Amino acid sequence: MQLQDQVHIGGSADMTIETIAEPVRKNYLNDKQGILSWLLTTDHKRIGLLYTFSITVLFFIGGFFALMMRLELLSPRNWLVSTETYNKLFTMHGIIMVWFFLIPSIPNTIGNFVIPLMIGAKDLAFPKLNLASWYVFMLGAGVTIYALFRGGVDTGWTFYTPFSTGYSTTYVIAAAMGIFISGFSTIMTSVNFIATIHRMRAPGLTWFRLPIFIWSMYANSVVLVLNTPVLAITLVMVAVERVFQVGIFDPALGGDPVLFQHMFWFYSHPAVYTMVLPGMAVISEIVPVFSRKPIFGYTAVAFSSVGIAVIGFLVWGHHMFVAGESVYSAMAFSLLSYFVAVPSAIKVFNWTATMYKGSVSWDTPMLYAIGFIGLFTIGGMTGLFLAALGLDVHVHDTYFVIAHFHYIMVGGTVMAFLGAFHYWWPKISGKLYPEGLGKLGAMIVFLGFNLTFFPQFVLGYLGMPRRYAAYPEEFQMLHIISTAGATILGVGYILPLCYLIWSWKYGKPAGPNPWRATGLEWQTSSPPPTHNFKKTPVVNVRAYDYEAMKEQLGLREREFENV
Amino acid sequence: MSTSLQFWPDSASSVAGEINLFYITMIVLCATIAIGIAIFLIYCAIRYHRKRENEMGDQTRNYIPAEVTWIVTPFLLFMGMFMWGAKMYMDIERPPDDAIPMYAIGKQWMWKIQHPEGQREINELHIPVGRPIKITLTSEDVIHSFFVPAFRTKQDVLPGRYTMIWFEATKPGKYHLFCSQYCGNKHSGMIGYVYAMQPADYQAWLTQGAPEGSLSSQGEKYFHQYGCANCHHFDNQGRCPDLRNLYMRPVQISTGDYVTADDSYIRESILDPNAKIVYGFQPNIMPNFSGLIPEDQVVALISYIKALGPAPGNQMPSSNGAVPKSFGTQPGIAGPNATSGSGSHRGQR
Ligand code: HEC
Ligand SMILES: [Cu+2]
Ligand SMILES: [Cu+2]
Repeated sequence: MQLQDQVHIGGSADMTIETIAEPVRKNYLNDKQGILSWLLTTDHKRIGLLYTFSITVLFFIGGFFALMMRLELLSPRNWLVSTETYNKLFTMHGIIMVWFFLIPSIPNTIGNFVIPLMIGAKDLAFPKLNLASWYVFMLGAGVTIYALFRGGVDTGWTFYTPFSTGYSTTYVIAAAMGIFISGFSTIMTSVNFIATIHRMRAPGLTWFRLPIFIWSMYANSVVLVLNTPVLAITLVMVAVERVFQVGIFDPALGGDPVLFQHMFWFYSHPAVYTMVLPGMAVISEIVPVFSRKPIFGYTAVAFSSVGIAVIGFLVWGHHMFVAGESVYSAMAFSLLSYFVAVPSAIKVFNWTATMYKGSVSWDTPMLYAIGFIGLFTIGGMTGLFLAALGLDVHVHDTYFVIAHFHYIMVGGTVMAFLGAFHYWWPKISGKLYPEGLGKLGAMIVFLGFNLTFFPQFVLGYLGMPRRYAAYPEEFQMLHIISTAGATILGVGYILPLCYLIWSWKYGKPAGPNPWRATGLEWQTSSPPPTHNFKKTPVVNVRAYDYEAMKEQLGLREREFENV
Repeated sequence: MSTSLQFWPDSASSVAGEINLFYITMIVLCATIAIGIAIFLIYCAIRYHRKRENEMGDQTRNYIPAEVTWIVTPFLLFMGMFMWGAKMYMDIERPPDDAIPMYAIGKQWMWKIQHPEGQREINELHIPVGRPIKITLTSEDVIHSFFVPAFRTKQDVLPGRYTMIWFEATKPGKYHLFCSQYCGNKHSGMIGYVYAMQPADYQAWLTQGAPEGSLSSQGEKYFHQYGCANCHHFDNQGRCPDLRNLYMRPVQISTGDYVTADDSYIRESILDPNAKIVYGFQPNIMPNFSGLIPEDQVVALISYIKALGPAPGNQMPSSNGAVPKSFGTQPGIAGPNATSGSGSHRGQR
């Protein structure tokens, strides 16, 4: 499957992409040496790796909390930790996973690494801002970890008032500050992406020639720039009420507790889309590459990202159907929630159609992508259950909701994150990972995930409320199954970590384009040189145009024996 | 260790049947589509599995009829789901007129229930089957949520204002009552039971007696204790309004608007009198009782005022279709929108 290192692009008259892929001995990894060359780097690729390192550590911290919770829930009574500790566990799990893993996960690691490569740019528009973003992120993470070591927070990641402002005795402000700070890094990176995508595309790379990945990351960045300030304001208001007893949310001080929910979900519903849009971006790359076909319905897929970004701002009230909302506003929010489901459905159907009559390989990234499509479909469809007003009254705040969003966030985003790392790993490290272990890991993650979260749908309809440290006995069996699944899932996450690190040193050299993909990032050497391309590439084909690039990629038409 | 595996909850309320039906319909519909997609994915993965390393797939980029089909079909299905879901929500949110009024107050970490007959319960709620029950909810501290899975209904319980939940049990039994909104340390301990009883058994349970008398007679006691009676004479004269026949009557306030004197309005009149001044009366005469009268006594006072008689020719029962969720939207004490909240409560339409 390995393409020869010397594949030379840029000779023949009907060539489509002009660029240079000669083997380069100097690359971004060995260009400069020493720890300072990393800590002071402005190379988007190195910063992507800095982010990858920090986010991986944070993911395993958040995962550890999840495992502790699952162990505690083996028994209906508290047997492992106290209720106080349990409450802190799910809060810290949520805070770390949402703000320090999911939101930055794909954009700040993979996005940072591949966006300039994909559009034929030397770097992001503001390389120093990019480095600053990482430091700000680390500061935010540090403050949050500080809150953790001082004794944790017990408000839930949602910080509902007046509990968070007037009743919790834990380190609410420190945790909120950590999130507040990390928000600046989110904005810095998003602004950087927006500017880069607008201004730094290679000559000839028009909007409708861009890979879908870029469209989705663009939509994602716009949402983050618009909604993160709302979170910042909301957290500051929580802090102000908590410290100065100014009545904003607490009715005892003259405030309105539901106001907080409006503000929080006005941020947080778009935020859940910013957690999954990058995942969709990745899948929209992997599926065409491993089917050797252009993505089906390019325009529909591209605009569905935009649709999600826009309508996603109008549905926050669906988190408040039982919070005392009027029936009429509940209906409006329900209707809009169904509208926002349409673009997601469009994507699923188009990904599936992309595989039809393709040349489908079963490489690890593709297994993750197929897993993503399946799990995201279940997650999305159970969202339709929740958007139905009458049913939401019953399943709201139960394990049904937990299962639903884990299908999207873990079954979707984390699968995409792993898929992305497997797909771009040859580019990042210049090495191939052991394919057999890769497939095994993808299987374990898929099975472990379903075993963990599927029983939670059942628990939810049975009426098991979320955030319960102890629970009635009849729910125990399902909790045990879920915990068993979680341990398998844990193994599934540790395995890729091990062999990817191993392959960094011992893996076989990958060559510039091991997947025979069409993207610009594959037209330069692996690992890429510091400035990405020896010569600025010129683009005159659409994304995924195998037809136009077949000579260059050494491909032939497929013979369909009996089609 | 309990080894039984439960898959389906009890269904014991008038709305449970339809919600179950909706849920099952959704499962069947979504599972069919999801399995269809899965089969197609697996089919493609196998049927079009790459045979030669250097082959590429068919290069079709688009097929508009397919695109239109999978945009329009889901959309239509979604609209169906929306309408059915919204219809059920109306049923769940609007209590019938003859519902028995009860009160529940959440506080960290218990439920305090008050029956109109005067019974008080903690973490237990006894109700008759076959009769709609309407519970007015409020919290003394943080947000809680009143959740009875077997009845398929829940409602957040907010501090500083009233919300309302109603249900009609259809099957006698003992059902879980959960707090489903995280409320602090012992959130998972804020649980209790609802006992749905045959009407005769319920009557028997009621006659076990309420030592302090009915809720309204308790309210009468507080009415004197807090000095309300010193001002509010029942003569329709003087500086204070007559409270007879106040309940559910449209009251004209100083801005000229009409407000229905429901539970939320009366609660606000007691705890934040200046929020709305009755037309023709002076502000700053009635003392502010906020922080002085606990929520359970406010409930008793309301019950007493209610017992002073409904307005004759009352045209606005609480469940009147025009403003179905008035409980939920009426702000309570001194909320930022306390003065603007009257809009949805304008009188006779
Ligand atoms: C110092 C005299 C005074 C006392 C004591 C007093 N009130 Fe009032 N109350 C008033 C006045 C004056 C108004 C009309 C102005 C207004 O709307 O605030 C009023 C209005 C009300 C209203 C609204 C009536 C309507 O027609 O809309 C209610 C209900 C009420 N009071 C209940 C109570 C209760 C219960 C208490 C005892 C806890 C109480 N009041 C104690 C003077 C008093
Ligand atoms: Cu949402
Ligand atoms: Cu609670």
